[in-house]
Amino acid sequence: MMPERRDFLLKTIKSLGLATAGGLVWGGFIEEGRSAPLILRPPGAAPEKAFLASCIKCGMCVEACPYDALALAKPGDNKPVGTPYFIPRDNPCRMCKDIPCVPACPTGSLDKALVSDKVENGEIKLNIDLARMGLAVIDRETCIAYSGIQCDACYRACPLMDKAVTVEYMRNVRTGKHAMLAPVVHSKACTGCGMCEKACVTKKASIFVLPLKIAMGESSERYVKGWDERDEDRLKDVPEKVTTETPRSEKKPVDYLNEDVF
Amino acid sequence: MKKYKYLIARRITQSTVLFLFFAGNAFGWKILRGNLSSAKVFDVISLSDPFAVLQSFSAGASVTKDALFGAFIIFLFYAVLGGRVFCGWVCPINMITDAANKLRNYFQLDEVWKSWDIRRSIRYWAMGLSVVLSMILGVAAFEWISPIGMLHRGVIYGIGPGWAFVLTVFFFDLFAVKNGFCGHLCPLGGFYSLAGRFGFLRIGYDRDKCTSCMKCVDICPEKQVLHMVGRQSGAVISGECINCGRCVEVCDDDAVNFSNIYSKYIYK
Ligand code: SF4
Ligand code: SF4
Ligand code: SF4
Repeated sequence: MMPERRDFLLKTIKSLGLATAGGLVWGGFIEEGRSAPLILRPPGAAPEKAFLASCIKCGMCVEACPYDALALAKPGDNKPVGTPYFIPRDNPCRMCKDIPCVPACPTGSLDKALVSDKVENGEIKLNIDLARMGLAVIDRETCIAYSGIQCDACYRACPLMDKAVTVEYMRNVRTGKHAMLAPVVHSKACTGCGMCEKACVTKKASIFVLPLKIAMGESSERYVKGWDERDEDRLKDVPEKVTTETPRSEKKPVDYLNEDVF
Repeated sequence: MKKYKYLIARRITQSTVLFLFFAGNAFGWKILRGNLSSAKVFDVISLSDPFAVLQSFSAGASVTKDALFGAFIIFLFYAVLGGRVFCGWVCPINMITDAANKLRNYFQLDEVWKSWDIRRSIRYWAMGLSVVLSMILGVAAFEWISPIGMLHRGVIYGIGPGWAFVLTVFFFDLFAVKNGFCGHLCPLGGFYSLAGRFGFLRIGYDRDKCTSCMKCVDICPEKQVLHMVGRQSGAVISGECINCGRCVEVCDDDAVNFSNIYSKYIYK
């Protein structure tokens, strides 16, 4: 082999090696910073994965927000650097009617389609009530309303009062002669704005917003609520015949159920 | 004063851009809003960083028309103007690395120990790696670690521990590699080197006037582009020239000047 060619090859291999090493460190850093499951995004944010791919960290949404509710993550915030988020207890989303943060986004990471009603005569009608930034959950053990003390701070603070938070009358079993007026969150309406979390009177908020993925469970689509007529509609797209193949399902139920009994 | 004409002009444009972005957020001025990743001029024209958009695209994002158009304008601007005008005249990190270089010269560090020698082509590897990593990880990879974004966003929205990234660049340039970050590593610099390769603005060199004092080569942060100095007249053709004009102002013999791609000095 000619010496120059060998030299060239060696140099290329060396560069490739360095690039791989650099790539690994770099990639590791990104992976590290990406694991922030508790982050709350502005209204209309695309699902996290698509959001991270498209957000270019320009801060236009942050600048558009008249309440300074949004911030761009700094290194050390333990959130994907440069991407927008909000902390409800400090500064919740006020659910502006015109949602200024969404149209400001140049990349569509904040997607108008996710916060607008069906297009009517070519015009998009923004509707902040469709936002799903997260879901408020209540810790019944610290919420004072659940202890029988009257408090409806979150109920009153909620921009979707009586839809996202309702107050349920319950019998106070402890005293036996009082009522409890307890707040309940409804996931169909709650936008996750966090006004309730901000308003909560306990030392650490007893109602707080979590990202949907974390706050919500998921039941199989086959659990149909028989008392809800339309609930069966969900089965439309579910294939009728599904057999789950596991080592167990090969045996007869009588056999595998009794397997370890004797 | 003549010796610093372009340097002063550069510092003024760099800080003006930075200040206008800052004022956009802090006082709601409409001249420039957003940041170097994506901005709006007078709330009308949108501009985006073409390299960031390219990475976003590789990451699998569906790029909007707005962002694409903005990226196209910026790309066109630097492609036509030429070279790394962005690096020399807009990028805030340039002030940091220039400061490191100044200190380096002041303490004559290059005489104390030999600068670590790394290749200037790393920037192209880093550029390729940015795109590949974006594809694999599904995020704009360079934007996650870019000290440019860190510093720029930092000035506009508060920086926090982002200083660490900027300081790393400063110390890297001061102690490890001369012109280390901008001259060797930065993938955005690599991107603009390629983009501006055929641009209009060039540095022209006249061998007949040159006295071979080599002041221009000494001051140039991208020395390799001035390889013709002392040999033959010509112009800088490499896109790696950041068009800072330092060579022009330090030349006492008027042998180096801003020129254009059509000038007689362009040799093939
Ligand atoms: S809807 Fe209004 S308050 Fe909420 S993040 Fe957007 S701009 Fe801010
Ligand atoms: S405006 Fe869009 S792209 Fe810019 S920081 Fe906000 S979400 Fe990201
Ligand atoms: S329940 Fe809380 S988070 Fe949900 S919409 Fe109401 S105030 Fe917002």
